[in-house]
Amino acid sequence: MSASGSIGIVSVQRATFDTPLIFRSGTVLPRYELAYETYGTLNADRSNAILVCHALSGNHHVAGFYADDPKNIGWWDNMVGPGKPIDTDRFFVIGVNSLGGCHGSTGPSSIDPLTGKPYGASFPVVTVEDWVESQARLADLLGIKKFAAVMGGSLGGMQAMQWSLSYPDQVSHVLAIAAAPHLTAENIAFNDVARNAILSDPDFHGGNFYQYGVVPTRGLRLARMLGHITYLSDDAMADKFGRSLRTGELGFTYDIEFEIESYLRYQGDKFAAYFDANTYLLMTKALDYFDPAREFNGNLDKAFAAARADYLVVSFTTDWRFSPGRSREIVQSLLHNRLNVSYAEISSTHGHDSFLMQQEHYHDVMRTYLDRIASEVSV
Amino acid sequence: MSAHDPAELAAARPDFAAIAEWIPQGASVLDLGCGDGSLLRFLRDTRKVRGYGVEISDANIVTCIRNNVNVVQGDLDSGLSGFESQSFDYVILSQTLQAIRHTEALVQEILRVGREGIVSFPNFGYWKNRVNILRGNMPVSRELPYQWYDTPNVHLCTLHDFETFCNNRHVAVLDRRVMTGKNEVKLLPNLLGSTAVYRFQRGI
Repeated sequence: MSASGSIGIVSVQRATFDTPLIFRSGTVLPRYELAYETYGTLNADRSNAILVCHALSGNHHVAGFYADDPKNIGWWDNMVGPGKPIDTDRFFVIGVNSLGGCHGSTGPSSIDPLTGKPYGASFPVVTVEDWVESQARLADLLGIKKFAAVMGGSLGGMQAMQWSLSYPDQVSHVLAIAAAPHLTAENIAFNDVARNAILSDPDFHGGNFYQYGVVPTRGLRLARMLGHITYLSDDAMADKFGRSLRTGELGFTYDIEFEIESYLRYQGDKFAAYFDANTYLLMTKALDYFDPAREFNGNLDKAFAAARADYLVVSFTTDWRFSPGRSREIVQSLLHNRLNVSYAEISSTHGHDSFLMQQEHYHDVMRTYLDRIASEVSV
Repeated sequence: MSAHDPAELAAARPDFAAIAEWIPQGASVLDLGCGDGSLLRFLRDTRKVRGYGVEISDANIVTCIRNNVNVVQGDLDSGLSGFESQSFDYVILSQTLQAIRHTEALVQEILRVGREGIVSFPNFGYWKNRVNILRGNMPVSRELPYQWYDTPNVHLCTLHDFETFCNNRHVAVLDRRVMTGKNEVKLLPNLLGSTAVYRFQRGI
């Protein structure tokens, strides 16, 4: 089946929470806002809600486009919409900008009401657990007692898993796509280099660059370039760029010569123009800290003992940042706890970014699993 | 009747019915090479098992999900390292043994992961197969539907071969059912039976 239409024009909603949120770090945020979008209709018994959690650079704009900005299409528009695998004719889909983000939810670039200045470096280090807590309050506000599904790719998949651990009775299905039970040392190393690029940019000013009227563009750009390499695969890069030179000739300079250099710099510039450096630091730290097994002496089986949800785990063959082996670790612990789980290892050339791609078999797996969820809720 | 009606399936796949008879209510089952999940679905409907399948084919993964059967995508020839020792009551290999490359290693893995193993396979010693060979051709039949050049079957065996294998590998056969179509075969099973199902455990 081919993908159907777009959900069309969507708009951002905002919710303000006045109950202080105590972060895992112990820091308290007395008040915060979450930016979110919803698609589809919540059914009478409020059982058809799906929460889509975003990855490092994503946001609440999951599908559709804005009336005043029709080119700004949601990051998972190929997956979410009428007749699409996450069918908005059947499900009530919620996208929320993670706390600490830079697209409308309270984050480092927001004004701290206590000081009248941006939070900057004083914004608390956020963890996946804190996000789930903030999302649970949004669910309360929307009157959703139990999600039909919580899902996401990469860091979004980690949030989906955490939902089943923090609120086991409030989520029926978890779809953890291109996720991992924790980052490896190599993965943390990549994040640290990215953070160092930002932290060492003279324009960073210890995180308080807003008041200096500058942006640590160079650091953010390098961080994104590095990250981007790790989201692709060797094969995908070879296919797309190979060793192609922009002019066809060696220039014997350090200017942009190879197409891959041009592409990476373009991606870096584009990202640095809209993304907040402090948010980037927070997101990478949340990735590094996620490790539900930690409080069980590294035993993931014990960590998942709390979970009740049915799981769909999906990985991609060329994803080396969150490799299939990491997904199999999740599956193994779910099996240990005798939870319902299905696991699909999708052949794809696009590396970690595969979870964003419109690939037929991947979408078949998603559509079939979501059909099953739909059959359990009155749509 | 739907294609998944238990009575219809039992009639179409007598080996399913034979396997189900051995499995107590509520047992945990791992079905290796579970295909479209029919056996697991049958065992869930008739025995209320807690079941999981392992399957390599993309198309079958989707069908298993559609059939509401737990399925883990993986290659049996890479072993069962993702499964804990003694974590299932029964590990089943239904009509797949003959297509496994590392047969010996997989049988050992079955007995590591499961308390008991169940395998079913087409009996190459069945008289019709022997007649085919005598006539000078590789057998092609309902149980062995492939031509020699497109068959996934790399390790065909007779009942006698399998029992010798078990005997030499400290695998204790607990039970055996031999069938031709729907009928159980008691007389000269290695000659008159087209399909065999064995239940076994680790021997001493």
